[in-house]
Amino acid sequence: MTVGIVLVSHSPALADAVAHLVGELAGPDVAVRAAGGTDDGRFGTSIELIAAAVREAESGDGVCVIMDMGSSVLTAKTLLEDLEDEDDAPRVRLADAPFTEGAVAATVLASTGQDLDAVVDSAEQAWSMRKL
Amino acid sequence: MGFDTATATAWITTANAVVKEDEARLTALDAAIGDGDHGANLARGLAAAVAGIEEKRPETPGGVLVAAGRGIVAKTGGASGPLYGSALRRAGKALGDTADADATQLGAALEAMLAAIVELGAAAEGDKTMVDALTPAVQAFTALAADGAEVAAAAHAAADAAEAGLAATIPMQARKGRASYLGARSVGHEDPGAASMTLLLRALAEVTA
Repeated sequence: MTVGIVLVSHSPALADAVAHLVGELAGPDVAVRAAGGTDDGRFGTSIELIAAAVREAESGDGVCVIMDMGSSVLTAKTLLEDLEDEDDAPRVRLADAPFTEGAVAATVLASTGQDLDAVVDSAEQAWSMRKL
Repeated sequence: MGFDTATATAWITTANAVVKEDEARLTALDAAIGDGDHGANLARGLAAAVAGIEEKRPETPGGVLVAAGRGIVAKTGGASGPLYGSALRRAGKALGDTADADATQLGAALEAMLAAIVELGAAAEGDKTMVDALTPAVQAFTALAADGAEVAAAAHAAADAAEAGLAATIPMQARKGRASYLGARSVGHEDPGAASMTLLLRALAEVTA
C-alpha cells in the first residue's frame, strides 16, 4: 500500500500531463489521479472531480493533494471541510508545494512506502530545491 | 418580518436574477483585473443554488442557505464557487433549526459567512476582495441589530455599507488572486468580488423590505 497522489489544476490537460509524467517516475505502485478543469471540461476546478479522484487514489494509507493555485486551492480546502462531516472519510492532506516539482517529490517518496506526512513534507520541500 | 424559509429562498432567487442581469458588468470588471469569468461563473453557480433549493425543498432558512451553498460549490468553476458556497453553507449552519431568524440571529449568520470567506481565502480588509464589501456590511447589520432594529432596516444599512465598501476598493492595489499579479495596474478598478457581494447584499435588503 502506498500514499495516493491527486493533482488539481485549472487545466485538464495540465493535470493529466503531470500525472502522466510522475506516473512514469514512480512506477505502478502509486495511484496518481488527475482532477483538472470543471465537471464539463472547461478551465476551472470541480469539487466533484477532486472528490472522485481522492476516492480512487485512496488505498488505505491516505492521499496527498497537490494544487496549482487560486480556485484549485480554495476548492481543495472546501473538500477537506466537507470530508470532516463524513463518517468514513479518506485521510487527505493538502501539500503547499510547487505543482510539477511537488508532484514529482511526493510521488517518488510515496513509491518508497513512506507515510502521508512524509510524502506531504517531501512535496513541500520541493520549494527549496534550486535548479541553478 | 424576520428571515424565514420563504425569505431565504427569495434571497437566493433574487440574487440569481440580479447577477444574471449584471453578468456582463461583472465580467467586464473581472476582465479589467481578473480572468474575465466572474459574471458567468457566479451566474452558473447561483442557477445551481436555485436548482438545489428546488430539489431539496428545505424547511428552514438555514437549510435553504446550506442547499444553495452546496449548489454553488458544485457548479462554479472559479474561486467564487468555494468562497460563496462555503459562506452560504456556514451561514446556514449558524442559523441552525430556527424557523424565523430575527435580526440578531441573521447578523450572527452573516458574521459566520464573513468568517468562512476570511478563513478560506486568507484575505483581510484592504486586499481588494469581496471582504472589503462584506466586512462593513456585517458591521452595519450587527450594529443595528444590537440596537433593536428589524431585519429590513439592518439589511438596508448593510447593503449601503457594502456599496461604500465597493467604492473604496477602486483605489486599492490587489493583494489576492489574479489581480495581485498586476501590481499597481490593479488600481483604479472596482473589485469584481466586492461588486457581486454588494449585489447579494442589496438582494437581501430587497427581499426583507
